[in-house]
Amino acid sequence: MADLYQTQRAMRNMRRAALQRGVIGILDIGTSKIACLVLRFDGTGTFRETDGIGPMAGQVNFRVIGAASTRSRGMRRGEIETMAETERAIRTVVATAQKLAGVRVDHVIACLSGGRPSSYGLAGEISLPSGKVGDHEVASVLAACETPDFGRGREVLHAQPVNFAVDNRSGLADPRDHVGNKLFCDMHVLTVDGDMIGNLVHCIRRCDLELAGIASAPYASGRASLVEDEQELGAACIDFGGGGTGVTIFIRKHMIFSDHVPIGGNLITQDIAQGLRVPLPVAERLKTLNGGVEATGRDDREMIDVGGETGDWETDRRQVSRADVIGIMRPRVEEILENVREVLDAAGFDYMPSQQIVLTGGGSQIPGLDGLATRILGPNIRCGRPLRIDGLAHQLTDPSFSSAVGLALFAAHPQDEWWDFEMPSDRYPARSLRRAYRWFRNNW
Amino acid sequence: MPVVIDHRPNRTPTAPPPRRDPAPSRLTYRLQRMWLTPLYRRVVRVGLPAFVLAMVAGLWMADEDRRVRLTDAIASVVTQIQSREEFQVRMMTIEGASPVVDRALRAMLPVDLPASSFEIDLPALRLQVMQLDAVESIDLRIRPGGILSAVVKEREPAILWRHARGIEILDKGGHRVASVTSREVRPDLPLISGEGADLATAEALALFDAAGPILPRVRGLVRRGERRWDLVLDHDQRILLPATGAVTALEAAIALDRAEDMLGRDIAVVDLRHPSRPVLRLGVDARNTIRQARGLPLLGPDGRVLPETES
Repeated sequence: MADLYQTQRAMRNMRRAALQRGVIGILDIGTSKIACLVLRFDGTGTFRETDGIGPMAGQVNFRVIGAASTRSRGMRRGEIETMAETERAIRTVVATAQKLAGVRVDHVIACLSGGRPSSYGLAGEISLPSGKVGDHEVASVLAACETPDFGRGREVLHAQPVNFAVDNRSGLADPRDHVGNKLFCDMHVLTVDGDMIGNLVHCIRRCDLELAGIASAPYASGRASLVEDEQELGAACIDFGGGGTGVTIFIRKHMIFSDHVPIGGNLITQDIAQGLRVPLPVAERLKTLNGGVEATGRDDREMIDVGGETGDWETDRRQVSRADVIGIMRPRVEEILENVREVLDAAGFDYMPSQQIVLTGGGSQIPGLDGLATRILGPNIRCGRPLRIDGLAHQLTDPSFSSAVGLALFAAHPQDEWWDFEMPSDRYPARSLRRAYRWFRNNW
Repeated sequence: MPVVIDHRPNRTPTAPPPRRDPAPSRLTYRLQRMWLTPLYRRVVRVGLPAFVLAMVAGLWMADEDRRVRLTDAIASVVTQIQSREEFQVRMMTIEGASPVVDRALRAMLPVDLPASSFEIDLPALRLQVMQLDAVESIDLRIRPGGILSAVVKEREPAILWRHARGIEILDKGGHRVASVTSREVRPDLPLISGEGADLATAEALALFDAAGPILPRVRGLVRRGERRWDLVLDHDQRILLPATGAVTALEAAIALDRAEDMLGRDIAVVDLRHPSRPVLRLGVDARNTIRQARGLPLLGPDGRVLPETES
């Protein structure tokens, strides 16, 4: 885990350097679209009142000076499938955003949604010899968390201390300078497939960009679309993406659980294409313009021209009713929601003090989705849009950009992670001695 | 899919043109990023054109003939403009100058009229004219119609100053106006003498004003030690005035003269240097009269006691 610690620290330093230069890029690589925002950090932190953007979540010290999004290429289920294609898509979007911003972007913060994320809750405990908690003790207790076997090739994406406790006083956000005998901590660790991160890093390197941070897309969209009270009191954020659906649970402003349901909007498109025997672009258009999940009697009479370029007149002049489209979409959406329900049940969402659920992501724009979700997930449902940030164009404020906006917030104010604390010095010699020993054994 | 399919022989259906890849190529991408680099941008947009301009100019100017041709062309244009009819100065008018100054002024003009007004450097000419002692101020300007007009204000002679090197006429402020060969040239002006007398001409003039009733007897003022004045009268009489309050002391002496006819008596020196204690020095004749009455030996004209002679 020390390697990861070093790389994440290096990324943090890169992020700090980028903030000093004032320009940082946000790269949201999704299955259906890739978005790039270019942020300029003024460094003043002064609050600018521009049409309803308040100084809420500390998003005041940056503004978006360039934004672009393009269709994603070479991605499947939130993972990079064809590296060259994805690289081209990244080049397209970065070039467009740079052109709009008029500045060169050197550092990007990226997010990824796939990679089979799995979250772990870890607990650590140390005794306090000095009777007081200091920076060193915090780092020690974080390092003392017993790590389970994450599996082969898993990389830690987030390792956030969620809760600290000193003796019997729990629920401390910042335990420093507390007096006590024992320090406990709870840490939430999110691991993903390491090769996937490697692919992403490679793609970004090929575009001459430096990676200044990496985050999980459901976490980012949760930070953007949950309002502060929901993050504090507890809420689940469900991010309907193209390749999968991310589920994140927040409480006390920390992510405590994250999972991924590998059914997304692309599968709905595929269903429509198969069911109505239309090409995928037509199916996508039908889903976007005429999709829904609640059929009414009027939908039977609303006929839609399918169109087509097959050359067969009969096929090209077909008409389907909107009820047909809804009839195909609804079972798949129900399946997604039921899978989400299972994930929430497995996470113990029922025992949370607040049952708020926020739907976001591009898929949450399906009309009537909140009604269907109310029936499956629970009564407290709302469709969430991302937080307003300064300078973002209006067409980029819809729910499908919530993870990009969340990444911007992540770039401006990252939450404390394990690697933000100094690693206790007693760890270094053991590691390096062991490595030296291994090297000797392997070579002689 | 084309609407009409051509089934004639040897007509292979042309494939539709492949869709253009919207992604920029690696080269385009890199060039675009390079272009967005501020330093590179500045170099290309400012540095490079400036360098090319300087290079072309430098290469062109490197040839001696071209440099000469360029300077000649510039010079010819300049002279062409300067020698235009509108800039010609044809005559010079001088107001308020005596004939001597007038002649000197005309001699000082560095160019022969008519000349271009660009060739006449008015400030320099003015400074040169101000070197003349007789001129207090001069207003030089080129009036429309090609007239160089000079309005001269000459210094007014106020006093004569005799010093070791001759006699000079000074104005009220003590500035030299002219030299004269003898006192008789300007008998109307009062005379002062002594080192540093020209620095206190204002006081001297005030003293001459104050000396009203005895003015016919006054021969002049002598500056003593660059500090105070002696008023010299005829018959070798002197009034020694203090360094401060000289006018008051002189008025006091004139009052004494009026009351007692002091200066009509045989008094050599009236010493008023101490204002509260005027001292008189009697003339030799008066002292001899007194000495004779007292039976003392008489004094000679040099003030020494004469040797006893058997008479």
